[in-house]
Amino acid sequence: MSATLRVRVWRGGAEGAFREYEVPRRESQTVLDVVTHVQRHLDPTLAYRYACRVGMCGSCAMTVNGQPRWTCRTHVDKVAKGDRIELAPLKNLPVIRDLVTDMREFFDKWARAKGQFRGEKKRSDDFARISPASERRKLVDAAIECIGCAVCYSACDVAAWNPDYLGPAALNRAWTLVNDERDAQQAARLRAVAGDAGCHSCHTHMSCTDRCPKALSPTAGIAGLKRAVAVAALKGGL
Amino acid sequence: MSVRGETRLWIAQRASAAVLALCVLVHLATMIYAVRGGLTGAEILARTRGSGAWLAFYSVFVLAVTVHAPIGLRAVLAEWLGWRGRSRDAALLLFAMLLAWMGMRAVFGVFA
Repeated sequence: MSATLRVRVWRGGAEGAFREYEVPRRESQTVLDVVTHVQRHLDPTLAYRYACRVGMCGSCAMTVNGQPRWTCRTHVDKVAKGDRIELAPLKNLPVIRDLVTDMREFFDKWARAKGQFRGEKKRSDDFARISPASERRKLVDAAIECIGCAVCYSACDVAAWNPDYLGPAALNRAWTLVNDERDAQQAARLRAVAGDAGCHSCHTHMSCTDRCPKALSPTAGIAGLKRAVAVAALKGGL
Repeated sequence: MSVRGETRLWIAQRASAAVLALCVLVHLATMIYAVRGGLTGAEILARTRGSGAWLAFYSVFVLAVTVHAPIGLRAVLAEWLGWRGRSRDAALLLFAMLLAWMGMRAVFGVFA
């Protein structure tokens, strides 16, 4: 292990260039530790984003040596090529400055995919009883742990080709609600996630599933949406 | 195109893919069987001329291609060339008609 890392960091907006920094290498060092060192000790003008540092909040994702990753849980030992690391903002999102992307479109697409829960029960009604062992509940459990880091969206080829594509995270969110027995806007949601901007554009490249730091499979959810939409269309309910 | 229309196209492409998977298998197996010991144009025509089963099978094959290929091309045109909207769909309808005409012409050419 060399004593220092040579870190190339993207500086600027959509137009910009990489700038190289030398950062002391430490044991159990994460990529976020490296970025923080640059910002605190070498260049206070560097813009980046983080919050929890423990893989819960989904705010520190960046492109590390060409791959989107959550930087707080990515060890330098795992990703450094020799003593080199290249850090860039996430792909498929507008760059605000340096390592910070504009996430508005990403989250607006969750709303467009009807990612909001809407129930029918009132405060005075009894609780909905959903067995943890039920098939639909298990499908929800498999997809619910998304932290909204946009790593999948950044890794997605279709998101790069089709600016309207809702993306793996929004479709994964919709899939959890399609399987939520309490939700009351199922037909509208299936309409929202179908078509050219929705699940039918997915080519099943599985980059989202490959890159998801929470080991979720948006691909499986999108395939589920295709089936659900097809069944609804054949029954005339779309 | 409406969401319902897009969904129908998706179903049509999946269904035609299933038909094509079967057709391609039968087509290849028949070719390998027929070619044993060499093959001449006269031999092919002897098998295909007046064969109703042959006509039905290859008509289904051509129609499945006519449905499947333009829908796949639709996504390619959108994603690689950014060509979307009615002009693309009109062009693909023409392409589908061209495929059907050329395919059925070939089928009838060796049947009649």
